[in-house]
Amino acid sequence: MLLIDCPYCGERPEPEFAYGGQAHVARPARPAEASDEAWADYLYFRRNTRGLHAERWRHIRGCGRFFNALRDTRTDHFLGTYKIGAPPPPLADT
Amino acid sequence: MQPFSGLALLLRALQGQRSWQPQWRKAQPRPAYDALIVGGGGHGLGAAYYLAREHGMHHVAVLEKGWIGGGNTGRNTTIIRSNYLFPESAALYDHALKFWQDLAQALNYNVMFSPRGVMMLAHTVHDAQVFKRHVHANRAAGVDNEWLTPQQAKAFCPPLNIGDIRYPVLGAALQRRGGTARHDAVAWGYARAADALGVDIIENCEVTGVLRAADGRVEGVRTTRGEIRAPRVGVAAAGHTSVIMQMAGVKVPLESYPLQALVSEPVKPVFPCVVMSNTIHAYISQSDKGELVIGAGTDAYTSYTQRGGLHITSHALEAICELFPMFRRLRMLRSWGGIVDVTPDRSPIIAKTPVPGLYVNCGWGTGGFKATPGSAHVFAWTIARDEPHPLNAPFTLERFRDGALIDEAAAAAVAH
Amino acid sequence: MNAPLRLTAGGRIDRTRRLEFSFDGRTYRGYAGDTLASALLAGGVHLMGRSFKYHRPRGPIAAGVEEPNALVTVRRDAGRCTPNLRATQVELYEGLRASSQNRWPSLRFDLGALNDLLAPFIPAGFYYKTFMWPRRAWAALYEPRIRAAAGLGHAPRAADPDRYATRFAHCDVLVVGAGPAGLAAAGAAAELGARVILCDEQSEAGGSLLAASPAGAERPGGFAADAWIEEQLRGLRVRPNVRLLTRTTAFGYFPHNAVALNERLTDHLADPPADLPRERQWQVRAREVVLACGAIERPLVFPGNDRPGIILADAARTWLHRYAVLPGTRAVLVTGCDAAYQTALDLARAGVDVACIADTRPEPQAAARALAEDIPVLNAARVRHTEGRLRVTAIALEGRSAGQAVRMLQPCDLVLMSGGYTPSLHLHSQARGNLRWSGALQCFLPAESRERVRSAGACRGVLTLDAALRDGREAGAAAARAALARDGVRPGPPPAAAPPAEEPAGAAVDAASPHGRGRAFVDWQNDVTSKDLALAVREGFRSIEHVKRYTTTGMATDQGKTSNLNALGIVARVLGSSPPEVGLTTFRMPYNPVSFGAFAGTARGELFDPVRVTPMHPWAEAQGAVFEDVGLWKRARYFPRAGEDLHAAVARECRAVRAGCGLFDASTLGKIEVVGRDAVNFLNRLYVNSFDSLEPGRCRYGVLLRDDGFIYDDGVIARLAADRFHVTTTTGGAPRVLALMEDYLQTEWPELKVWLTSTTEQWAVLAVQGPRAREVLQGLSDIPLGGEALPHMSVASGFIGGVPLRLFRVSFTGELGYELNVPADFGLSLWERLWERGRAYGMCAYGTESMHVLRAEKGYVIVGQDTDGTVTPDDAGLGWAIGKKKPDFLGRRSLSRAALRAPERRQLVGLLTLEPQRVLEEGAQVMAQDGASSPARPLGFVTSSYFSAVLGRSIALGLVSGGRARTGQTLYVPAPGGTLPVQVASPVFYDPSGARLHG
Repeated sequence: MLLIDCPYCGERPEPEFAYGGQAHVARPARPAEASDEAWADYLYFRRNTRGLHAERWRHIRGCGRFFNALRDTRTDHFLGTYKIGAPPPPLADT
Repeated sequence: MQPFSGLALLLRALQGQRSWQPQWRKAQPRPAYDALIVGGGGHGLGAAYYLAREHGMHHVAVLEKGWIGGGNTGRNTTIIRSNYLFPESAALYDHALKFWQDLAQALNYNVMFSPRGVMMLAHTVHDAQVFKRHVHANRAAGVDNEWLTPQQAKAFCPPLNIGDIRYPVLGAALQRRGGTARHDAVAWGYARAADALGVDIIENCEVTGVLRAADGRVEGVRTTRGEIRAPRVGVAAAGHTSVIMQMAGVKVPLESYPLQALVSEPVKPVFPCVVMSNTIHAYISQSDKGELVIGAGTDAYTSYTQRGGLHITSHALEAICELFPMFRRLRMLRSWGGIVDVTPDRSPIIAKTPVPGLYVNCGWGTGGFKATPGSAHVFAWTIARDEPHPLNAPFTLERFRDGALIDEAAAAAVAH
Repeated sequence: MNAPLRLTAGGRIDRTRRLEFSFDGRTYRGYAGDTLASALLAGGVHLMGRSFKYHRPRGPIAAGVEEPNALVTVRRDAGRCTPNLRATQVELYEGLRASSQNRWPSLRFDLGALNDLLAPFIPAGFYYKTFMWPRRAWAALYEPRIRAAAGLGHAPRAADPDRYATRFAHCDVLVVGAGPAGLAAAGAAAELGARVILCDEQSEAGGSLLAASPAGAERPGGFAADAWIEEQLRGLRVRPNVRLLTRTTAFGYFPHNAVALNERLTDHLADPPADLPRERQWQVRAREVVLACGAIERPLVFPGNDRPGIILADAARTWLHRYAVLPGTRAVLVTGCDAAYQTALDLARAGVDVACIADTRPEPQAAARALAEDIPVLNAARVRHTEGRLRVTAIALEGRSAGQAVRMLQPCDLVLMSGGYTPSLHLHSQARGNLRWSGALQCFLPAESRERVRSAGACRGVLTLDAALRDGREAGAAAARAALARDGVRPGPPPAAAPPAEEPAGAAVDAASPHGRGRAFVDWQNDVTSKDLALAVREGFRSIEHVKRYTTTGMATDQGKTSNLNALGIVARVLGSSPPEVGLTTFRMPYNPVSFGAFAGTARGELFDPVRVTPMHPWAEAQGAVFEDVGLWKRARYFPRAGEDLHAAVARECRAVRAGCGLFDASTLGKIEVVGRDAVNFLNRLYVNSFDSLEPGRCRYGVLLRDDGFIYDDGVIARLAADRFHVTTTTGGAPRVLALMEDYLQTEWPELKVWLTSTTEQWAVLAVQGPRAREVLQGLSDIPLGGEALPHMSVASGFIGGVPLRLFRVSFTGELGYELNVPADFGLSLWERLWERGRAYGMCAYGTESMHVLRAEKGYVIVGQDTDGTVTPDDAGLGWAIGKKKPDFLGRRSLSRAALRAPERRQLVGLLTLEPQRVLEEGAQVMAQDGASSPARPLGFVTSSYFSAVLGRSIALGLVSGGRARTGQTLYVPAPGGTLPVQVASPVFYDPSGARLHG
């Protein structure tokens, strides 16, 4: 059970959260103009990073807000969380 | 290959069982092969075996970064069944099920396939509709699957609590040909048989790069034990497939999740079959050793740690204790985690890739063990002939572009 | 029965409380404070079990958690019957009933021991090599016999009536293990003001000091051990910031310093209070963790090392000092290290004839201590074999004494083994801590970890008492300072501790003579011998994980606590390698077996999952409704009258609705209030429909896709005002639709001014449906019901009986229909009022099953039944709903992918059996030809199928390849009684013009 640092509420246990998949996957601005490949990329293809992974979580049993997190998928340790739209935190404190 | 038999055990007992030789050689990598398989699990070892046996390719190496069978092959709950919904899936898994039935004889290695029946419980009206659809679809596809009333389900599995629970059992779908097998033996049996046909099984050999020719073709791989060249490379690396394919510049629609399982302390025979409940998330059978083997669901997030959260395990045991309240006093002996590679439609990919000479077999999610021999067989075909076997032709990478998904999960899951 | 081997004084047992218990039906006596094993040993009983494979007679070799042999079943009643408990951990209580396992007909005479004679033919992994012919014999013949022979105890047959509890806790410092180092660590942390949890698996704190020799070698801080423990506990108990948990095993270490504890509350009680749970699972989130888990003594590997009476020296020390029991009368110590000498001397002092000490080292320094007490010492000693069937009677030794080579057969009834200590690394390793090899101690020690964890005392190789106390104090203080300096549990840099000074105390694996005969056991319970390990290596299993799996060493219920390191030593030797090169197998939770019930906790019966009920639920219950589970909801499925089954009730309910009116509880439908300046824009982007033209006061049927183009949900969307919508969803879909909306709103379109509120439970929804619906409602509210005032697909707000009302003119039956939304608290009273009033109009309450039939008669789809996550709007016949001018909505781009436009896609059609009384099975496959040879590819399948009482025939909906173009064709549906021909028809079976809707 991970301990997740909601940028709005602070540290809470994992069952309060819903995982939201890879972060920074933008929906194409004009889907109609996207090629089949580009559209499939958006729908289905994720980085599945082994290492530092930017991902979304939602504090669904708390404030309800989505936010982003950086987590090392080799250890499950978080390097930080940040609000939607904000830049990732510096990685100094690893 | 030293033949295995009761007589051999008897005769070798005279020399204190000291005359047994290695079941597979500790092969050193050669500079070049006709084909390389990346990943020494059941799917990879089996593919090497069928390449040698059915396609005459004997200069084949299996590269395993750790010890063979140490990934999901050795970390699953060993359930075997083929009663999938879509004809494409049922055909592929049934292809495997037919191999299972005489795999021990084919490999001369007792993989302990035990067709004790796999029963999937329906807890809601919707479940019952979905499973009946499976039963009908399977019958049309020539795959056995039958609908049981709650009383019939209880008769088939006497410990089952069908009534006095939050989600009562409304019926079950039973595939009698389904069952379990001994997971380690599958890896070792394929390794021994492939080795006997000349395949090099190279353990502790991690792939660190994919070599490409100027025209884009695959030329081999870079490993922690040097470069190894081959015109064909098949990747069957389960949870680590994304990592390998990235080295080749090929994108695969996979996400790797932790999947946990556990066993109880051994007890005398008490559980005659395999029971699965997708609705309340638990799978259970009893091993020949007497341990109850219990599977949980995946964790919510991607991870390569081979471990998951306690709440996931607890949830599975909540379900087990509801369905089988006499097991509450049994004790968890051992738990473990695997890394399952999940595709968007929960169906595998066994296909050529955009890189000529590079083939991939992945995306088995939580259900790859059961497919091992069938998957290995068609993967070998695909590598040897550079074209898919008819059974894996639908399981392409391109289906995600075209939308021709084989969506087992969606077809089962949506509630109303 | 007497306890001849009980000393008259000493020990921590309570001699004022004599207890009677039984083992295998025979009665014995013991004292409070005894374990089952110590009490049996006091009675001279060593034989307590049979091994797993060879059924060899076995006694306990250890006194605690690591015991592999003495497994028993303890039975209170049919449901309270626990197999596979270690006799060394079962605390004695008055009337305890225990029995041995895995033997038939009796423990002393076990026919299973025939396997022992077959041992030459059944080495490790033999089952992979045989039992393959004939093919079917494995499952039919061999496997059932193997299964019957395997297993240990029997699982209970009756449900466990006991309760289990769960607790969550936070602390600054969690100290695992209340031995000397743990007590010191907890004390130091508590003094600094940290919130401390200290847990220990034993019945009392003290750890190794509970078995301290009164002779005086172990005097913590100069005190007697008992006094020191008491003093420490007094110090901890007075502090409010300390929680001490005994009988509590820390069994799992999870990411981010989450540690799971299992507390056993009643198993040691003769009469457990009814209000006490049997076990409690603690989930502790600790800022810092101090592991003071101690070390476990290693056995020695030599031929015949498994006979009852051959035990670990540490176990003898524990039985002697803690339980005042002599484990034998004439003893031999076989050792490779110094630690056990004191035990031998203590036993001698207590009256045991210590015949000799066999030390594997050529020139042990400690020998002088024994010789001073007239105990002979054999140097460079090796064991040739042992004798005795149900108890060891002699040991054959060789070695050097006074410079001479000696061979001897020493009679004895007790052999002590000591091969050095194995630090308990389980939790450190579970915390993904690294390990380093200690050459001096011949074991692994904890190295750095990513978690906030440090080890102290014997579990990091600090084996002498004074050093362990110092180590514990330092670790406790450092942990407290680190915890108090930080805000939150968020990990900082992992703690570092200087490696301990290693004092070579000696260690050994092998004490086998090259001339020995008999098997030397490594894993006692699973009967793995040194030869098995060599065989595995010979057969090419070189990874330690392979060796483990092939031989099953370390996979027994003790999880290799006594065997893993010895197995590693032997494998390394056979490979010509070294233990650190070969490496250890992974440690995984749990450290010690934990009851399933403790994981499940309170999640049983009604509490397994929350139950959601509507405000009208009590009424339906009182009417005898049959409920179905839909998600967490209980929904009334039908309302049977006396003698009615499902079909009769549904036929009656459906006729009543079509003829007069029906009342339906639609409260479970999901409801989301979508409010804000950009609400229209937001819904336009989500749903396939266009909402621009929807006037306030009007409703529209909305279809929601995922971005992959497949139907996700549907519902009625009502515009209450320019900036306010009342969106309904399917019952099961409500949470995921809201989640999807929040996702797009928060992460894709944060610029939109929209607020989302789930109102599912705020509104009770009463559907009044049928040609007389308006008459029923006439005059009840302040909302005019006339055709023009409130046309089909419109909504109005007002009051009913002084209560706010949102009145929808909508229909899921095809009849004139209204849905009354009132605040949930008023749902039941309004329902009762409508019910009273409706009687005059033939009103009937109907459930979900009739709702399904009524909508199917009209061809209305149910998302999740007629669609399945692979169905597009066009497939479902809902293409009309798509806003043709909209450039984009969720899923639009996907709809133009090749496979989603294929002409052979399945389309929803009506299916009419040519025999109108035959009802198709839902899920049945639709084939092009009759009697098509199996397997044939179906054209589609039946999604919904009912007998329509109103139409007097069966009706069905199905998804059929190219279905709409097949209208009028005859297709075939295989059924249990033979194939049924069906005609493809329009999915609208009833009132195709829709006239009745506008009633």
